[in-house]
Amino acid sequence: MTAITHRYEFVYLFDITNGNPNGDPDAGNLPRLDPETNRGLVTDVCLKRKIRNFVSLDKPADAGYAIYMQEKAVLNNQHRKAYDAQSLKPEDKKLPKEEEKARAITQWMCNNFFDVRTFGAVMTTGVNAGQVRGPVQMAFATSIDPVVPLEISITRMAVTTEKEAEAQSGDNRTMGRKHIIPYGLYRAHGFVSAKLAERTGFSDADLELFWRALINMFEHDRSAARGEMAARKLIVFEHESAMGNAPAHVLFDAVRITPAQADADSAPRRFADYRVEIDRAAIPSGVAVRELI
Amino acid sequence: MGYGVKLKVWGERACFTRPEMKVERVSYDVITPSAARGILDAIHWKPAIRWHVDRIHVLKPIRFESIRRNEVGGKLSPASVTKAMKAGDTAGLVNYVDEDRQQRAATILRDVAYVIEAHFDLTPKAGAEDSVGKHLDIFNRRARKGQCFQQPCMGVREFPANFQLIEDGDPIPEKHESLQEARDLGWTLHDIDFDRGMSPRFFRAQMADGVIEVPPWHSEEVKA
Repeated sequence: MTAITHRYEFVYLFDITNGNPNGDPDAGNLPRLDPETNRGLVTDVCLKRKIRNFVSLDKPADAGYAIYMQEKAVLNNQHRKAYDAQSLKPEDKKLPKEEEKARAITQWMCNNFFDVRTFGAVMTTGVNAGQVRGPVQMAFATSIDPVVPLEISITRMAVTTEKEAEAQSGDNRTMGRKHIIPYGLYRAHGFVSAKLAERTGFSDADLELFWRALINMFEHDRSAARGEMAARKLIVFEHESAMGNAPAHVLFDAVRITPAQADADSAPRRFADYRVEIDRAAIPSGVAVRELI
Repeated sequence: MGYGVKLKVWGERACFTRPEMKVERVSYDVITPSAARGILDAIHWKPAIRWHVDRIHVLKPIRFESIRRNEVGGKLSPASVTKAMKAGDTAGLVNYVDEDRQQRAATILRDVAYVIEAHFDLTPKAGAEDSVGKHLDIFNRRARKGQCFQQPCMGVREFPANFQLIEDGDPIPEKHESLQEARDLGWTLHDIDFDRGMSPRFFRAQMADGVIEVPPWHSEEVKA
């Protein structure tokens, strides 16, 4: 696999209607909030999880697209992956030096696992090459406006244990709680380093798959907690050179999200309440802008 | 030092983990020389040079925030990879994240901005074609254009760092007024000594008017 030759940055917008995009284990699974601004947060690892899940659904049996960090739910449709033993031979030299051996191990992991190739992984080889830094790096996603989580109480017409049933003398009802955000548009920033891609063999085909994962991953992540989530915009900046042609923050600043109606006094409740603009004049030369959604 | 550089770096969040509190990560109050060197390395580095951080300017008030995430507990063992390589099959080589889960809180910094003053030395690996001027030019050109080997980060990769070169003669940006008094930041990691089995070395960080003077790597003040 030949690695990608361009540096990329991307702005990824997704929204949620009546759901919890990412629960906070510190706050009883309330949606994550930035305590200073009351904007919603979605962690980088939350988004990476969904990318991994999408890839394992999309490429269940393809060699080279195994997922190392698996979730049980996805495991159900994981199959034994046929592995082409041929490609193993050149790496598995006789009596390699310790460092070479470590490198071969790392290389093998990169060749076989999409998530190792993309996001990296830590291996305890102790000697060298024990860690893989992946080319793709994502930051926390933040909502454009402050969000107000609602606590919705729900009832269940059954109980779990006999004891509970006795205590309720046959009424058999329990209350539960759901935390939702009525609406939130989230913005995430990401980086793809061509130089790190060289080391892990992250190719153009991998990048295409990565974009596809971002575009489609919410379609395969439906659950009672999530509500309706959707990818709304994926704006990709492609630098001409591998090192890049412009600072990342200049490119991110060129994507502006404003209320669709300047005098709107009601809280935003749908994507149409926002306007997304790319200030193309502010994009330095040598950077191509692609809107994938 | 005729070949020093000044780089402004800033970001929304940062986590320069204290080595004594790394399970539930707690950040140092400010960027460490080691993390600052990593940022410079991410823009330009070759085995022929080594960056030395001379001074760190803290521009924004020091504020913390906590975030808890689901993380995995285990690391990948090379033995199991070797086994899978021999078998030529990736089937058994997975990590079930929901069976190996740890919830960890991280106490991180919010809204940080620093100016890193640094210079570099040539190392014994420098060849005849390596001159100080060449590497300095490459660094300045890249930093000016926003080029980098990889996007530098504020301690951990989920917190990207923005950077901007401060040209020769340009002033250091204004510091927040709350940073004026002198502050003892305590023993702080200087860097990891990779020549001596990756042992950490520390220094007593003192901040005066938002400026931390970083002692030279081989000086008396840096202790293992």
